[in-house]
Amino acid sequence: MLLKQLTEACGAPGQEGEVRALIRSEVAPYVDEVRTDALGNLIAVKNPTSSGPKVMLAAHMDEVALMILGIEKNGYLRFRPIGGIDPRVLVAKAVLVGEKKIPGVIGSKPIHLQKPEERERPISIDDLLIDIGAKSQEEAEKLVKLGDCAYFATSYEEFGQDKVKAKALDDRVGCALLIELLKDSWEFPLYAAFTVQEEVGLRGAGVAAYQVQPDIALVFEGTTASDVPETEPHMRSTSVGKGPALTVMDRSVIPHPPLVRELIELAQRQGIPYQIRRSNTGGTDAGQIQLTAGGTKAAVISVPCRYIHSAASVMNKQDFTNALKLARAYLQSLQERKGEQ
Amino acid sequence: MKDIIRTLTEAFGPSGYEGPVRDLIAGMIQSRVDEISTDVMGNLIAVKRGSSPEGKKIMFSAHADEIGIVVTHIDDNGFLRFTNVGGLSVETLIGNRVRFESGLIGVIYREKGELKDLALDKLYIDIGAESKEDAESKVRIGEFAIIHREFTDLGNRMTAKSMDDRIGCAILVQAIMELGDSPHTLFFVFSSQEEVGLRGARTSAYTINPDLGIALDVTLTGDVPEGPRMAVALGKGAAIKVKDSSMITHPKVKSFLAKLAAEGGIPHQFEVLERGGTDAGAIHLTRDGILAGTISIPCRYVHTASEMVDMRDVRACVDLVKAVATADLTALLEN
Repeated sequence: MLLKQLTEACGAPGQEGEVRALIRSEVAPYVDEVRTDALGNLIAVKNPTSSGPKVMLAAHMDEVALMILGIEKNGYLRFRPIGGIDPRVLVAKAVLVGEKKIPGVIGSKPIHLQKPEERERPISIDDLLIDIGAKSQEEAEKLVKLGDCAYFATSYEEFGQDKVKAKALDDRVGCALLIELLKDSWEFPLYAAFTVQEEVGLRGAGVAAYQVQPDIALVFEGTTASDVPETEPHMRSTSVGKGPALTVMDRSVIPHPPLVRELIELAQRQGIPYQIRRSNTGGTDAGQIQLTAGGTKAAVISVPCRYIHSAASVMNKQDFTNALKLARAYLQSLQERKGEQ
Repeated sequence: MKDIIRTLTEAFGPSGYEGPVRDLIAGMIQSRVDEISTDVMGNLIAVKRGSSPEGKKIMFSAHADEIGIVVTHIDDNGFLRFTNVGGLSVETLIGNRVRFESGLIGVIYREKGELKDLALDKLYIDIGAESKEDAESKVRIGEFAIIHREFTDLGNRMTAKSMDDRIGCAILVQAIMELGDSPHTLFFVFSSQEEVGLRGARTSAYTINPDLGIALDVTLTGDVPEGPRMAVALGKGAAIKVKDSSMITHPKVKSFLAKLAAEGGIPHQFEVLERGGTDAGAIHLTRDGILAGTISIPCRYVHTASEMVDMRDVRACVDLVKAVATADLTALLEN
């Protein structure tokens, strides 16, 4: 199961090697060319010499993680988040540290030992340490180096009606969509960019787009779903199970309005469920791709995921399938238009 | 020129949806330029070819977009919820009206509660719909709208929505009308998506790759009761930007502009803006780096429905644009 492998692989911003190797082996049989650029973006190409619109698909490989920045005398690890993580989601989570995936636990003070004022205030990063079972600094240093990253130790699981629980759905779900699209056969030049360092500022996407200089770019994301009871209906960014979300605006991008309109009309014509993402916060690789060189037509198709940037996020497999259908329908329509020319 | 300002400030053009403004401007300048096109980002780019083979490339940029809102939700009774496109001040919205591209008007009001707790998500838009279905037949989730307000001529001064930055657009249109031949090839960019992060200027500057980039945009003033401590005032001329949060103007460009203004008897003042940026911020970081500056139009009540500028400052800015367009750039561009 591809999504299981992808979400269980670990790849902090700048340390995407494991994810990259997995994706490379998955896509290699289906593409004409695959390369890794200086920043670590994996770029897989189909039909580089064909005529027709040059299309770039993008999804980021990196996930939010915890970087080890200190080892205490007693063997505990100090860390800082890399990418946006709410410290309150970290307490008492099991993690895997570094390439060797050393098991660890983010320690917390049991409720019995907390003073009343400690129970009142939200936990901060400085209150937290990772326990890897080491007795001393020397012992910990044998297992972990400064700069290693810790990841949530979450296994992929299917549950309920079509639901999936996993870490790093943001954005391995996008990576999975790109891989599926590469398996299809297309007649125009198709570039799939699996990008690095999105979570720390959309850094890989810009240089990937500069190399490709596409005519059209589709960015695939796992985006915030907030369809939970405590959120008022008008504040729900997206809802799980209601179809792929199309962005009209976020902090980084106003996707090309005619392209978004085209995707909406296509979804309506083909009876593919979709929703408009109802929030202007967050950013995606599209923000960099759109502004590269002389500019690119870009749109964002997202799979809604609850509880992103935490140990366990939740998505619906139907949303994945429908995102894939919509992307295929769009690429198909490009191909047909090319045929008419 | 006030007719141009009226037409452009009353037009619809939130970030990303600048089409109507583009069409109006293209109609005004078509016969006065050699080429006119729209790029992928929605920048309208008009070119006036230079008369000399030694001429340089000068890019003038004024942004066509304005701040606005985007609909995020339609409730069971047909009320709309929304979020901002660009920097909106929540307290200026209550009782104001929005206008959609279709012409549909809505009224912004707030849920009950303490004024100090006021936030965008406590506001809603009433388009007169009586039900969700009624509202959905008129407006879609994801649709953009602008703050609706007519232009008013107050004599030397004028007030309107979107003086930021249609006044910059109007200045470029007027300069195009008045300009004769220049040795330089002039690129007039009516840029897109400035209000959400100087986006259109970035791609158009890359495409044009000019020798000099000049942004035309509004700046704040300190000349109001208990106003911010800022030397810029209405009526004191074109403001030559020294710095803002997007750029430190290259000293050569700053003195080049000041010298041109002084030689031409053009009223001018210097501007230090503590917050905010202009297209020049994006232009100067493009490719290998581009010499860039900003000619600012002093403007009160920026990012409200009633932005105010002074016609004498506007005139000074037109004159300074014309002076730049025909200036000898040799000293400025030599290393």
